[in-house]
Amino acid sequence: MSPVADTDSFVLLRLGERRFAVAAVHIAELVAPSRIFRFPHRTKEIEGVILRRGRIVPVCDVAEKLIGKSLLSRRFYLIAQRRYTSQAEWVALPVTGDCELIFAEMMPAGDADMPHVAGWLSHDGDVIEVLNLAALTPGAGLASASLPAPLAQEVRP
Amino acid sequence: MRLPSPAKSRPVRAEQIILFRVSGQLFAVSSASVQEVRSVDTLSGTTKEISQPSLRKVRHIVRRGENSLYVVNGSIHFGLPASPAALVFVLRRTRTALLVDGIEKMTTMTRLQALPQAFCHEEQDWYRGLTALDQTVVPVVKPEGFLTPDELSLLDASQMPAGDLPTNAASPSKAGPTPAGDEASLAR
Repeated sequence: MSPVADTDSFVLLRLGERRFAVAAVHIAELVAPSRIFRFPHRTKEIEGVILRRGRIVPVCDVAEKLIGKSLLSRRFYLIAQRRYTSQAEWVALPVTGDCELIFAEMMPAGDADMPHVAGWLSHDGDVIEVLNLAALTPGAGLASASLPAPLAQEVRP
Repeated sequence: MRLPSPAKSRPVRAEQIILFRVSGQLFAVSSASVQEVRSVDTLSGTTKEISQPSLRKVRHIVRRGENSLYVVNGSIHFGLPASPAALVFVLRRTRTALLVDGIEKMTTMTRLQALPQAFCHEEQDWYRGLTALDQTVVPVVKPEGFLTPDELSLLDASQMPAGDLPTNAASPSKAGPTPAGDEASLAR
């Protein structure tokens, strides 16, 4: 069976010497690093949170999982939408270089691929992993494609 | 690729909170959840030392009439470096007295954001959520999150004379809440 190719837009991000892609539909914005607020917790993949336009956004360094080492320096945070069982929320992914919006055909991942690989695309002679953020970042469950847009869930004070 | 503007904020009821420190880390708790604030010195005559090796965060019990409060070391609970506690919060509707470094200030929060789901371990039980105050993010603790029902059962069982141990330790719900005062009092 030949895999089905989807033409879509992707954001290329850089972690050290490697590039990865995320479907552009899941990206909110690229922002300069800001102060990380840290507090006790047990989710080791999360560094802390940043404040962005009144929202509290967790910072998740995915470099260790993807390139085998944590980032020593970071140039931007790529703020992406992560789908959970009941809703979507933003996560901030530290990246080491500029990001680029491209249009490409994605080849879906195969059975042998890691869970965090949603597919593959070819760009500038490189074969680039398209990331599945739900498998890459901590938290429960995948959700259907028709989730409501992310909102900062407010609880009554 | 921009975040949609946050929805227009509706007027929300403000909640008075106490900002406090444990091992230097800032936390908040609703002042309505704090029945008493006492100096640790004032507890010395009413506490009994207990030893539960699997629960290092509880080293003392305070007897209050028929009820007992377990004194939780906040530093150990949150996995922070040890620090000398100066105050203890008696938490309303729980059986917990929490050791803290001290109070930073009392203030008001108007917005509490649920803990992001990326935080997916015990912290989901520790915090009601996060609040932004003066460009700082502060976790708002959940009073009932300091001792789980299993931990309370373990502690209760450890307090029973050996011959009285039931096959199933008393559940925390059977033990009942602590008597509630009207307002948080500051007794130093």
